[in-house]
This record gives sequence, C-alpha cells and structure tokens, in this order.
Amino acid sequence: MSSTTILNNVEERHIEELDAVTIRFAGDSGDGMQLTGTQFTNTSAVLGNDISTLPDFPAEIRAPAGSLPGVSGFQLNFSNHDIRTPGDAPNVLVAMNPAALKVNLADLDAGGILIVNTDAFNENNLKKAGYAINPLDDDSLSGYRLFKIPITTANRAALRDEVKISSKEIDRCKNFWALGLMYWLYDRPLDSTLNWIEAKFKKNAELVKANITALKAGFAYAEAAELFTTHYRVKRAAIAPGKYRNITGNEATALGCIAASVLAEKPLFYASYPITPASDILHALSSYKNFGVKTFQAEDEIAAMCAAIGAAFAGQLGLTGTSGPGLALKSEALGLAVMTELPVVVIDVQRGGPSTGLPTKTEQADLLQAMFGRNGECPVAIVAPATASDCFAMAIEAFRIATKHMVPVIYLSDGYLANGAEPWLLPKLDELPKFEVKYHTEAAGFQPYARDGETLARPWGIPGTPGLEHRIGGIEKQDITGNVSYDAENHMHMVKTRQEKVDRIANDIPDLEVFGEAEGRLLVLGWGSTCGSITSAVEEMQQQGYSVSSAHLRHLNPFPKNLGELLGKFDRVLVPELNMGQLAMLLRARYLIPAISFPKVKGKPFKISELTAKMKEVYED
Amino acid sequence: MSANIENTNGGNGDAAPVKLTRKDYVSDQEVRWCPGCGDYAILAQVQKVMPELGIKRENTVFVSGIGCSSRFPYYMNTYGFHSIHGRAPAVATGIKASNPELSVWVITGDGDALSIGGNHLIHAIRRNLDINILLFNNRIYGLTKGQYSPTSEFGKKTKSTPFGVIDYPLNPLSVALAAESTFVARSVDTFTTHLQEMVERAMRHKGVSFVEIYQNCNIFNDHAFDMFTERAVKDDRTISLEHGKPLVFGKEKNRGVKMRSDMHLEVVELNDTTTEADLIVHNEKAPDSYLAYMLSRMEYPDYPVPIGVFRDVEKPTYEDLLESQIESAIAKLGPGSLEKLINSGDTWVIE
Repeated sequence: MSSTTILNNVEERHIEELDAVTIRFAGDSGDGMQLTGTQFTNTSAVLGNDISTLPDFPAEIRAPAGSLPGVSGFQLNFSNHDIRTPGDAPNVLVAMNPAALKVNLADLDAGGILIVNTDAFNENNLKKAGYAINPLDDDSLSGYRLFKIPITTANRAALRDEVKISSKEIDRCKNFWALGLMYWLYDRPLDSTLNWIEAKFKKNAELVKANITALKAGFAYAEAAELFTTHYRVKRAAIAPGKYRNITGNEATALGCIAASVLAEKPLFYASYPITPASDILHALSSYKNFGVKTFQAEDEIAAMCAAIGAAFAGQLGLTGTSGPGLALKSEALGLAVMTELPVVVIDVQRGGPSTGLPTKTEQADLLQAMFGRNGECPVAIVAPATASDCFAMAIEAFRIATKHMVPVIYLSDGYLANGAEPWLLPKLDELPKFEVKYHTEAAGFQPYARDGETLARPWGIPGTPGLEHRIGGIEKQDITGNVSYDAENHMHMVKTRQEKVDRIANDIPDLEVFGEAEGRLLVLGWGSTCGSITSAVEEMQQQGYSVSSAHLRHLNPFPKNLGELLGKFDRVLVPELNMGQLAMLLRARYLIPAISFPKVKGKPFKISELTAKMKEVYED
Repeated sequence: MSANIENTNGGNGDAAPVKLTRKDYVSDQEVRWCPGCGDYAILAQVQKVMPELGIKRENTVFVSGIGCSSRFPYYMNTYGFHSIHGRAPAVATGIKASNPELSVWVITGDGDALSIGGNHLIHAIRRNLDINILLFNNRIYGLTKGQYSPTSEFGKKTKSTPFGVIDYPLNPLSVALAAESTFVARSVDTFTTHLQEMVERAMRHKGVSFVEIYQNCNIFNDHAFDMFTERAVKDDRTISLEHGKPLVFGKEKNRGVKMRSDMHLEVVELNDTTTEADLIVHNEKAPDSYLAYMLSRMEYPDYPVPIGVFRDVEKPTYEDLLESQIESAIAKLGPGSLEKLINSGDTWVIE
C-alpha cells in the first residue's frame, strides 16, 4: 500500500457519534500492546475525553511467543462524559494473534468490533493457542463485526522500501501500524504519538522514520480500504474545567511524595527493593534528584525498611515502598518504627497473594496484614488512595499524619491503581494542604518520649542537635524518659499510649462523606481502588430508583469518627472488596453490625454489572 | 568523617569549645553486662578515645542490632539506636546517607553481623559508606545463653550442639575483604592501647571501616582467646601488622612470615640464612586485597594470629556519590520546582 493512493473517498465515510468506547488491545507480551494502549490513551486524554485504563500483562517478561500465558492486554475506556472505570467489557477487541483472540474473546460485547491480524493466524500459532480449526474460517466469530486485516504484511509493505532497518525491526513497528488504523477508526489526531516517537527515538533517525511511517500507513490503510464503512467520534467530555494530564497511580504516588517533601520542607529519603508492581515508584523518585530526594535501592526489603527508619531518625521523610510479600518481610522493622515512634511511610502496592501469588494482578488482600501483621500490640496508621489521581493527595496525607503524630503510616495502593491511568486535574500549589514539620531543638528539659498534649506525639529530636543526645530502640521504653523499662505497669501504659496515638488521628481526618442520601435501605462501603466501580454502580442503582448510597474509606486506621453512626443509618451494609472480606471483618468486630461481604479475588477489579447485580440481591433480601 | 572538629560539651552550640573527657561519653544508664565481660573493656576504650577524635558529641551516632554487644549504645552519651537483630548496618546506612555529617558507628556481634544480618553487613561494606563497624566476636551466642555462632569452632560443644558443631565457621575478616571493605582491622578486648588505636584508625579512615574485636564471654565461652592473648604467650602467638614493615613476631623478634613459591604463607625462624629481607612486607595500602586476605586466613595454632590494620585504602563513599548526584542534577536541571513537575508531560485544558 503506497501512501499516495489513499486519499480517495474520505468524505463519503459516515461518522457516527458515540458516548463511550471500550477498546482492548491484545497481543503477545512482545507485541507492544501496553505501549499501543498508552499512546491511544494519551491521545484521547489530550483530545479531552475522560479516560480510564486497565493494563493486564503477564508476570513473565517474554513468555513463549504465541502462547496463551504470553498474552498481554490493555483496556481503555474513553468517553464524552465522566467515567470512573475502564469499562466492564470491551466493545472493540484488537487481537494480534490467535492466543490473544482466545484469551479475550469471551469478554467482547456481543456484536462488538473484532479486528484481527490475519497474518498471525498460521498453523503454528493456532496450535499454540489450542485452535483445531482456524476461527477465521468457520462461523464461530459470526456474532461479532469481524475485520480481517493482514497487519504484518501491510506493515512490511509500507516500510520495506522506506527505511534501512532489519526485517525484525520492521515487524516490531506493526503495533504502530495497528495504532494508526485505530486512530482513523476513532477519528483521533496523530500529533501526540508523532511527538512521542520523535522524542523516544531521537538518537535513531531510522526508527523515528519507521515508526512514523507505520503509524501513518495504518491510518492511511483504514482510510483507503473499503473495509470500514463508518468511523467513530467520541467528543470531549464535559468534565470539570482546568488543566489536566494523564496519570497512573504509581506516578501520582511518586509526585505526592515529592510534594510532601516540598510542603514539609524536609528532604525525602526513599529506600526500596525492586518488586512488581511498586518498582515504578522507585524509577520515578530516582529521577527527581534535583528535588534533593535520596533514593536507595537496598539489598532486600528488610534493609529498605530499616534504612527508611534510619533516615527518619536522622530527620528525613523516611519512605519505603513494596508489595505484599515485601510488607511481610518489613513487618519486624515496622514494629521497631512503632516502638521508636518515628515517622516513616510504607507504600504497599498490593498484588494477588499469598506468597508470590499473582505479581501483575490486582488485589486488596493486605488490609489485615497492614492492620495486624506484626508481633505484639503494634498499631500503625493506614491510608488508602481511591483513584489513580487520589494517590497524589493520599501520599501527602500519609506524610502529614506520620510527621504530625510521630507514627508509621502504611499506604495501601494496588496494582489496578498503580498501572491504571486517568486524567488528573492538576492541583494548584496554594490549595495543597500545608503542614509544618518542626524538629525539636530545645535542649533544656528535653525528654525523648515527652508527649504532645493533643496528639501524644513525642518530639522529633535529630542527631546533630546539641544537647538532645538520646538513645532509642526496640526494647520497651519508659514513657517520657525513653529509658529501657521492663516495668509491668509501664508496659501496659505504653501499649495503650501507642494505640491512643493512632486513635487520636481520628480527630485530625475528615468525616466520611456519603454519595447519595445520608440514610436508606442500602449503604455500599468500599475502600481503596474499588471507588470507581462502586460509585458508578451506585449511581446506576440510584438512577433506577433504588435507595442506595455509598461511602468510600480512604482512612482505614483509624476509621473516620462518623463511620459507626453512618453504618447505623442503613438497613443493609454491603462491603465489596478484592479480598475475602477483610474490611467487613473489621466492621463487624468494631461496630457489631451484620456487614455483608462481597468478595472477589480474581486479580481483576469489580465490573459495574457485578456490583449492581449484588446490590439488587442484597436489597431485596 | 565529619568536618566538625571542635569539641563542645553539648547543650549550647555557641559555647566556647571545651575539651571533653571520657566521662562526657558515659551515659546515665547502668551498665548491665555480666561482671567480667569483655564488653566492659571495649566500652571503656571507646569512651576513652571518643574525646580525642575531634567529632562533636551531638554528631555521633551509635547503632546496634541485638545481642549482648548491642546494648552498647545505651551506655554512650551520644545519639544511639538499638535496632533489631542483624539490621544495624541497614539502619546506619539510612542515617549516614541522610546526613553525611554524622559520625556513625555500628556495634555488632558475631551472630548479629554474620548470621541473621549477614546480608546487610556485606552490602553496607560493599557500598563503602563512611561508617565504622565494630564486630565483637566472642564465638558464641551469649544473650540467648550459649548456642554456637557462625564463628564457633568446628566440633565445639555448646547448648545447641551437645555432640559438637558440624557447620564450618566463617572468618569475619575474610568476609569483610570479600565484600571489598576499604578498611579492615582486628584487635582484642584486653589489648587496651592497641584497641584504642584501632578504633581511632577506623574513625580516621574515610569509607567503611570494619574492626573485628576478639571479646571474651566469661559465662558461655570463657578463655576463648587465651591461648594466644594471654600475656605469657601473646608475643609468640600473635603478630602485630605494621604498614611497610616485615612480618616479624615472637618475644625475641626471631620469627617471621614468608611467602612460599606455592603461594602459601610459611612461618620461619630468622637466622643467618633466613633474614627479614625474605619476609613479607606488610602493605595495608595495596590496591588489591590478596595479601590482606591471606593474612586474614592465618589462624592459631598454625600461624600467629594477626592483629592490627590489614587493609586501608580509599575510594569514593556512597554518601558522597549520592550527594554529588543530587548536586549535578540541580546544576543541570535547576532546583526542583513542584509547579513544573506537576505540569510536566502532555497536558490539556478543559475550558
């Protein structure tokens, strides 16, 4: 296909307006589907659509080519209105090979658009995907709008005479060819991706040319081929005015930590050990050195926790980040932070467990580990961001609580928030919460475990300060003096004091807000990354006339002060969680209410339809 | 090490420098080691040396793990952190990397450093943070009442090995050298002057300093080192390493250590045919650690036990490299602007 012959018939194509589209790109983990999806997302975001994404990739970097476990997918939902989830089911599936088709077809809407790369449907790939008969040849796909496109060959034809790169490199451009095709189909401009290609490959002019040629060729093919009779348009969304950028939870978490450091005027020290899905936070923070942030890739999870504690002792904003298995390893040292009453923040980007579990899939099953997973009576404060952009605010909140109350804080994100993207309404700097952090410097009368009247926080007196020389450690401390104490009464007093410190944070956090009526038949209570699905589902129920409200916890220890009262105002309380009912267990224990758990542990977020179905069931009971 | 070389008596940064004494480093806490423990001697020497080192007391931090030796920070009137088992090097890393001005000391034992904390020890060493690690080696678990440690001798009968230890011991100095320690030394709790000297040398070395101190546990492993540290035998059974000098030892200075052609160290008598010129000349500054490693393998009774500085070389420290990365990032990009950072990447405006 030559790029000069394509500009016919353009005006004759029908353009159809859509409110929202959910596309899933699927291919081999080496096919560049994550990149393709990210580019489509950024282009749509810049165009003014609301967006929400769900990357879904295997834990293996390169599983055997063409195999079912090697399939990597990227789903995005873009719309002309406010959306909160990546969509229950794709309306469009792009399958780059038979395995991608096999893994994803069941999710595709009936009658949905199915675009396949016919070149990949050879005997070998069909066999690897477990197809006895080529599904493109029988009528098994008749329920979909099937578009059979020889993507590999078309891409080769477009690039062969244009660029001096190997045929292997040419084939690696085919994801951009497919992206170009999708850009035409959904009436997207190429600029954002063209700019990206030029920046990404600026050191290799041939690769710039190759990828640009592939992108334009895919676009031109769609425009010229008689395949598509219609293309689609999703207008910009009517979302809150302001300046936006596209952001993932991990990016927002890193930015929030930097913001905390700027707001507190204290340097950030991030100690971490590489672990999926938290490593991107280390990558991001290590690139922000001009903010004075120190990043330390430790020898293991324990060392990362201990170094963060050391940094906090030395007066820095001590931070470590990990996922569930790493949090388990940090638990002893976290106890040390509780005992020494130092302000450290521990990020746990939760993933499927137990053990190594499902490293690249999402889950919320570390809540009880965060609450209780340590020896002794060992309370820590816990916060959880609700959306990708909320990660920014909650990272700041974690440090605000840690430094004001002199307690360790666990921040529970998860794989869905970490890698999913959405538009972020950029905050104005002067609207960010100010929090003043002061070291203790007055030597006269200094006692390392003296107590603030309001918070019970102990003073933060750091090495280098004359006259405050003191010793802390993991052995029980005598209150006020901080001396080693094995005294029975003192131990009980200190156990209660450490608990009271965490409890008093409740005086310092906002009341829980209700989405919908403040009382009624059903309250749906969630926490963390399920906010988008729950809110959308509840909104749907409300529109259908059900007396359903929702509330979403971002502070999990302590709970907001009005939680108990709120729970009492509804006949039923439903608690959807991506675990087997951990928050529900806490609510039952704490408030003695028959909270109904709605668990899901499939490595995937809730679908709106799953939630509405469950709400209806509970509602009628 | 810290550039703050004045001493103050603390409490008032503006006070005229006052010469501190050993007493200024004694905390108000009652020392609770068993009477007769070697730890007392080590504590006394460290407290004695500290005022001579030219570091402000408030800039001094002692960090420890768990074990008898790890109670040490409570008895030093400096900043102190009694952390958890094996993790002192990691805590110390966080402290030193955060504030390079601080003089950071790690107090650890053979179980703490080489068993539960082995990983942290080797990585703290290889990063070459300017911290000083004092490993009290008594070849036994004392605080848990008498189990064998990673440095206990093969075959040793202990509470947990009534039929004898069947795992082979680690040599702490060999481990430190393998981890590329830039300063490695050994001393003995009862060799007070020598110990003071080693502590001072460790402090003056810029980069990680690793000092093994043979320390007697008079309850669970008494007399562990007597066979070569007792006054009557020590000159014949230890050898004091001195930079640039041949390896000579013995009461009469009549014995030495030479390198055989098959790369083995051999103890020889000095006489008319074998002279000091035949002996190894100690070189603690050697860029490679081969000689230091061979010396670390010399054990009683086959060899005299070396004490002193095995290795003392310089290379850039972790904390300096970390600071310089920050400085160059600022020089290149300017000081971080939160406004700019938030607004970076592809942005768009909704009217």
